[in-house]
Formats: sequence, structure tokens, C-alpha cells
Amino acid sequence: MTLLTLENITHYYFSKQGATKSLKDISISIQEGEFISLLGPSGCGKSTILSIMAGIIQPTEGNVSLKEKAIQSPSSEIGYMLQQDYLFPWKNILDNILLGPKINQTATNKIKEKGMELLQEVGIEHVATAYPDALSGGMRQRAALVRTLINDPMILLFDEPFSALDYQTKLKLEDLVAILLKTYRKTTVLVTHDIGEAIAMSDRIFVMNTNPGTISKVFDVPIELRNEQPFLARRHPKYQLLFDKVWDELDNRKNVAFLGGGK
Amino acid sequence: MAQSNAEEQLFQQYLSSVQKEKKHVLIWQLLILISFVFFWEIASRFYWIDPLLFSSPSTIYQVIVDKMQDGSLLAHMQVTLLETVAGFLIGTIVGVFLAISLWFSKRLSNILDPYLVILNAMPKVALGPIIIVALGPGYVSIIAMGAIISVIITTLVVYSAFNEVDPNYAKVLQSFGATKRQVFQHAVFPATLPTIISTLKVNVGLSWVGVIVGEFLVSKQGLGYLIIYGFQVFDFSLVMMSLVLIAIFAAIMYKLVEKIESWLIK
Repeated sequence: MTLLTLENITHYYFSKQGATKSLKDISISIQEGEFISLLGPSGCGKSTILSIMAGIIQPTEGNVSLKEKAIQSPSSEIGYMLQQDYLFPWKNILDNILLGPKINQTATNKIKEKGMELLQEVGIEHVATAYPDALSGGMRQRAALVRTLINDPMILLFDEPFSALDYQTKLKLEDLVAILLKTYRKTTVLVTHDIGEAIAMSDRIFVMNTNPGTISKVFDVPIELRNEQPFLARRHPKYQLLFDKVWDELDNRKNVAFLGGGK
Repeated sequence: MAQSNAEEQLFQQYLSSVQKEKKHVLIWQLLILISFVFFWEIASRFYWIDPLLFSSPSTIYQVIVDKMQDGSLLAHMQVTLLETVAGFLIGTIVGVFLAISLWFSKRLSNILDPYLVILNAMPKVALGPIIIVALGPGYVSIIAMGAIISVIITTLVVYSAFNEVDPNYAKVLQSFGATKRQVFQHAVFPATLPTIISTLKVNVGLSWVGVIVGEFLVSKQGLGYLIIYGFQVFDFSLVMMSLVLIAIFAAIMYKLVEKIESWLIK
């Protein structure tokens, strides 16, 4: 069943210098339970797509719908996780993860218990009363993940959530996120510029072109890789095969642009 | 065990060196104060400075004791303190409230921008005569002076602090469907609390300026009035005494705000 649809999205940014076309004719449809990645260099508008999916930005043209209902404003049905954790430094971890329920006035003792359970699941229940300053980058990102999951969103949007972490922490967190998403059967969109991450985690990869942002190619990740944990998927023989294909796709385009044929 | 003993010893050494430094600073501070008072007294006694103009610590002390006994000083202090505290509170609260309104309406902020710039650049004490005409020659005018001097600068500083809050905090809240009011309550206000508190510290000083100038202009009571009165009757002991008291009270108020600061920002 199709959960989220983007139809012919075109988006402009306006500034004093003029209008910039940041996205052109983007159409994506995401099935329930699917994990897709948007892969591309910085400035290709992938984060803009995420903001549009989250309802934070309204596209200049085109339609976005969640379960065939148009998305007009942000809601707790869509969980949005930013590049950095943005935990509020003046709230302790428990208060931070209960922000969503508090905003929507659904914070009850039951929700609080659920929060503690989720913290336990990501392995940071012992810092529930600590302040974000006291936590390492990986722990903070886990807390941010719980803050998103506690609202029980239908779809999760990740904007390069692992890019600020050191490599080991990042790999561990990838595995943890993969397990969590599988247990809670979440539909996910991941924005990344890391080819390996996209291959190890997703079912489909949308490779994006820049200036204006368009989708240049969609790769289906082979089932063997999908069934593996991200860490193990990185060692699978088919991983390198796909990696090379995606690499070529990204690399070719750069050459074309370099020769002046990109437009 | 020997290791931890050595560590313990080093730590104690560190602590005692910190204590020693603190003591040194305090001794020097006291030394400066005492020698200042002492030389003032000596200079005045030996007519190195004119005691009629510059008074002396002992005369000031005598004036304080006398005025305390007839009860008049207490009334003067009370009036000035109340006016200053009221001016400070009104100025700060109105300023923060204005900043909040500007934050809620970008358009209002754009419209009011040039007026705020002019009001801020203008020396507020110049408005004194007009305020007195408008509000009458009494404590209301003086409180207004104490407030008006800090209100615009508070608005500008706090408003710009609101704007400097990382927009991603707002984005996190918006993704949960937060309203503008909720964004303010959960992100913008707590993030700017330190700035608001530090403007309080500035406002303490400003309110004193406003109130003393106000008292120069109209009042029949207060420490500012004592300064002007002492000046007119050429009683400079009275002027000096008022100055000393103002300095003490202003310092106490500043310290109180500092206490509030450390209590609010743990």
C-alpha cells in the first residue's frame, strides 16, 4: 500500500537576488514499511524534499499526500529527525523525549513509561535524568531518535542523522536503527550523501541531480542486502557491485556537468 | 593506596592555593578601601583638600548618625529605593513584553524598527521635563524616568536575542505540530533566559540614573533630592553621604540580581 506520495514537486527559493529553482518535477511514492534513501551531493535539494514531506515547507507546485490525504502542516504522524540531535540543553533527557506528547497534550504516565522503555531499548535509560551536555554524540542521537519514535509516527524522515558521528558510533547506530525500524515496522526516508549508508540501510535508493534538484536514477537494493543488518550488508559481495553502480551514476553526472553539458 | 594518597595531597594543595589566592585578593581589596578612607580623612583634617567641599569620612558618618536618629534619612532612602525598584521592574517587564510582541509579529517589528532606533539613540533624561509636565511633579514621574531609561534598550537586546536562537529548535517543535506560542514557550524563551537576566544587571544601573535625575528635577524627598538640596545650601557632607548610600544600595541591588541569575541558571 502506498503511504506517502510526492507528485510533480517543483520548488523555488526566493531571495533578494531572485528566484532559485531548487527542485524540479520530483515524483516519489513510498510503500508502507519501505526504507528509501535520497542520495546526492550537498545542495541538491534533498533536505528540501524532506522538509516538504514533513509539511514544514509548502512546495511551489505539486502535491504531497500521506495516505491520500494532502499534507498541509506538520503533524505527529510524521517523525522528522535533523542532522544534529537538537536536544534542548535546558531540559533533561526524559523531558526532551516527552516534548512531542507535551506539545500535543498527550503526555500521560503511560507515555512516560513508554518513553522509559524506548530509552531502555536504545540503551540509555540510565541517563534519563541527565542533561544533554553530559551525553556523548551517539547517546544524544539515540535520545533524539526516541524523541521521534515516541510520537509513534507513520513515517520517519531522517536528515543525515549519522553524519555528525564518528565512524564506529555511526555503524553501531545504523544497526540499532535498522533493528528498531524492523520491530516497529516503520516506513522511513533517509537523506544522505554517504553511498555506503544508503546501500546498507535502504530498499530503494533515489540518486539526485543538482541545479535544480531532480531524480536521476532509482536503484533497487538486492534482497540479499536488504535482509542483512547494515553492518553485515557492507561485507556482502553484492554491496560492492551496487556501490560501483551508484558511484558511476554520481561520477558520470559530474563529468557531464564539468564538460558544460549538465544543463 | 599510596597513589591515591599522593593524589589526595595534590588535590589539597590545589585547594589551599585557590584559598590563598582568594585571601590575597580580599586583603588587597580591603587595603584599598581602608587607605582610601584613611587618606581622605587625613587630607581633610590637614586641609590638603577643602573639607567644606570634599567633606571627610568622619563628618559623613556623623551626618548619617544624626539623620538616622531624627528618622529623616530612613524616609529618604525608602523613597528612592522604592522608586528605583519600581522603575527597574516596570522598565524590564515592559521591555521584555515589547520584545515578545515584536517576535510574534514580524510585520510589527519591521514597522516599529525606525522608531525603536530613534528612541534608543535619544538620551532619555532629556524627556524629563515633558514627563514631569505629563505625569505631575511626584513619584509617578520619577518612577517613569527610572523605567523609560531602560525599556527600549531591553526591548532591543532581548528581541535580538530571540532572533539569534537556533531556528532548528523551532523546527524540531514544528515537526511535532507546535504552535508559535509553544515554540516560544519551549524553545525561544528558555534559550534567551540568560540574556534576559544579563539585561536585568544593566537595567539596575540604568534605573538608578533615571531615578536620581528625576529626583534632581522635581522631588521633595529621596537621595537625589538630598544631593541637590546639599548642593544648593552648600552642605557637601550631605551630598557625599547620599553618594555613598547610593553606591551601597546600587551594589546590593546588583548583587541580588546576580543571586537571582545563579539561582535561575543552574
